[in-house]
Amino acid sequence: MSSPIDWRFMDIVAERSGQPIATCYQCRKCTAGCPTAFVMDYDPAQIVHMVQMGERRALLSSQAIWMCVGCETCGTRCPNGICVGRINDALRQMAAEEGVRVGAPAIYQFHRAFLNNLRRFGRVHEITMIVEYKLRSLDLLSNLDLGARLLLARKLPPLPQVIRRRQEIARLFEAAGAHAAETPEGRE
Amino acid sequence: MPAKTKAHRIGLFVCHCGLNIAGTVDIPQVLDAFKDAPAVLVALDYKYMCSEPGQELIRRKIAEEKLDGIVVAACSPTMHEATFRRNAESAGLNPYRVEIANIREQVSWVHAKDPDAATRKAIEVIRTIIEKVRYDEELLPFTLPVVRRALVIGGGIAGIQAALDIAEAGFPVLLVEREAQLGGRMAQLSGTYLNFESAGDLLAQKLDALRARPEITVLTESEVESLNGYVGNFTVRIRRRGEDQVQEASVGAIVVATGFDLYPMKQLPEYGAGAVPDVISGLEMEALLRPDGPTGGRVLRPSDGRPPKEVVFVQCAGSRDPEHAMPYCSKICCMYTAKQARLFCRQSPDGQAYVFYIDIRSGGKGAEEFVQAAMEEERVLYLRGKVSKIFRDGDKVIVWGADTLSGQQVEIAADLVVLATAVVPRADARDLAQRLRVGTDAHGFFNEAHPKLRPVESLTAGIYLAGAAQGPKDIPETLSQASAAAAKVLSLFSRHELVQEPTIAWVDPELCSACQLCVPACPYEARRPHPWKPLVTVNAALCQGCGACATVCPNKASKLRNYTPEQVLAMVDVLFAPAKAQEGA
Repeated sequence: MSSPIDWRFMDIVAERSGQPIATCYQCRKCTAGCPTAFVMDYDPAQIVHMVQMGERRALLSSQAIWMCVGCETCGTRCPNGICVGRINDALRQMAAEEGVRVGAPAIYQFHRAFLNNLRRFGRVHEITMIVEYKLRSLDLLSNLDLGARLLLARKLPPLPQVIRRRQEIARLFEAAGAHAAETPEGRE
Repeated sequence: MPAKTKAHRIGLFVCHCGLNIAGTVDIPQVLDAFKDAPAVLVALDYKYMCSEPGQELIRRKIAEEKLDGIVVAACSPTMHEATFRRNAESAGLNPYRVEIANIREQVSWVHAKDPDAATRKAIEVIRTIIEKVRYDEELLPFTLPVVRRALVIGGGIAGIQAALDIAEAGFPVLLVEREAQLGGRMAQLSGTYLNFESAGDLLAQKLDALRARPEITVLTESEVESLNGYVGNFTVRIRRRGEDQVQEASVGAIVVATGFDLYPMKQLPEYGAGAVPDVISGLEMEALLRPDGPTGGRVLRPSDGRPPKEVVFVQCAGSRDPEHAMPYCSKICCMYTAKQARLFCRQSPDGQAYVFYIDIRSGGKGAEEFVQAAMEEERVLYLRGKVSKIFRDGDKVIVWGADTLSGQQVEIAADLVVLATAVVPRADARDLAQRLRVGTDAHGFFNEAHPKLRPVESLTAGIYLAGAAQGPKDIPETLSQASAAAAKVLSLFSRHELVQEPTIAWVDPELCSACQLCVPACPYEARRPHPWKPLVTVNAALCQGCGACATVCPNKASKLRNYTPEQVLAMVDVLFAPAKAQEGA
């Protein structure tokens, strides 16, 4: 940490996440119950504290914000009503917008593939999403056996099912803003 | 007053204490042993002798048998001696003819595995105590007059409150203050925490009230030089600074309210204290925040008089630090640091305050909310960790610390650093304690008589404690203790006389050779050579009946009432000649 601290960062994150970040007194209940804290480089309580301290660069390039699965256990239990999952959402959006070097590139590419697929069909079509993810991550050969088994079990429909009123999905993406779309790209 | 006749109608009352005694000691066998004992008219047992039916039994037997002495074989005398003496007195028996034979703590409990031996020992203990009661004099407690005027040492908020409460009950008070002005530490403070009320205004209210009391005599620039006497009747000598003349006064009770110091900054060299002008103590920060202070309440740097932007507060500067011999928490710093940080932020909207802390201790009404508001409203940044080094770099003060929550090292280029230095006793507190003959703890804070049950009394009767002299305290806690100490004084003053136990030492003038060996032997300074007669006298008010004088006296001239050599020898005799004693008269 270096002084002076950047309070604007906390204000922006608080505004975008809708969370009362200043109220945190570091009881660490969020972290104690977090199912993914064990793989995070900064645990949930540290994330909140670092937002307070204005640690923009460290947080936006951390892998912790991508490891969060958004289960919101933290927010359910927090005595001060802070949902760290929502803070992570805001931090992920900011990381994508600002084009920082993403801390968990594969997870980031999965998010992109998922959102693109959703945008295209209005609901997920697994095969095209997997293809896009594999092309993006350049991880072409993993889990092929699992894919084959799922195909044989007819769990992966060959053709996408397009929903009705796709324009409403388009409007949702518009409302969520440019960062939810394909551009700009996060650098890996 | 003492009856010369020996007790010859003695009652023995053996208590079962449920199974505490009866489960080990064979009670019928004990009673049987005293069936035919000389002068023992009654030997009875009961399940719980201290219960009302048990006491009623004793009272009835005293009356029926016209008993002139009783032995209660039961628990330790520290438990129920007073109970049984009161009970006997109400039945018309002199209370000093009541003795306890301890057959619980010293018999059944320690010999639970050997009931036969326990029973034999119980019989022997009772046998000796019967000998003692045989020789007991019928004593009367005596009374001492109470001087109903109080001395309060220290004119800070603790002393002011204690003086006010005593004076408002109508008793005269002598308030002795070392400095030229009353007010103490409170006069040095800015706003108080929880509501930012001006400490100066609050103090002024108390001082106005004090000036309106004719009962209070204020002696400023004065110190207590010596103290003699005892509860209800102390003689104090007070010296005014720069004067040779010493004033002497009689007082019946004393409240010690001498306050605290801060740990000297120069003892914290790693924090640049003393060497870097923009590293200041919490009290110096109070002066900067005080509207009537040198800067008119504006926080300005001591080095160049400019307003600082980045201010770092360091809590536990010396506190909770066994290496600095202060393992304790100073208790007030968490709250006043939050207050100072908030006051600074309020007057400098573009300023930033940082607080380094180990833990935040904000117990009680509104305190936690107050600290939380510092973080939420004034955006004070709390960093959990200790500062390792503070040094000057150009016109900045560099602070190196840790933030254990994010696991980072922290460096802050500050404009001003405030150290919450530890609360310590006054440098001369130990001297004063010695002059008053009260105890201090390992650090020099005045010792209370019991940490839980007697928190405002010292172990010396008639001397009470108030405020931070006894330990770190904030203003409301100090006022509570001061009022409590005043209540103790007033309860003493509600009596004109004090009752004193008569079981103390006396000197047989026929035997005393005035060798004066007993004078230094007495731990209570109760003995003094007679001004002209060749003997030593006992100050009955000071004597606690410990017996040190009786042991040291070569002539057996110094004796304890109801613990005479005759008594003790009779008690020993009965043990070594049990058959003879039983055949007896």
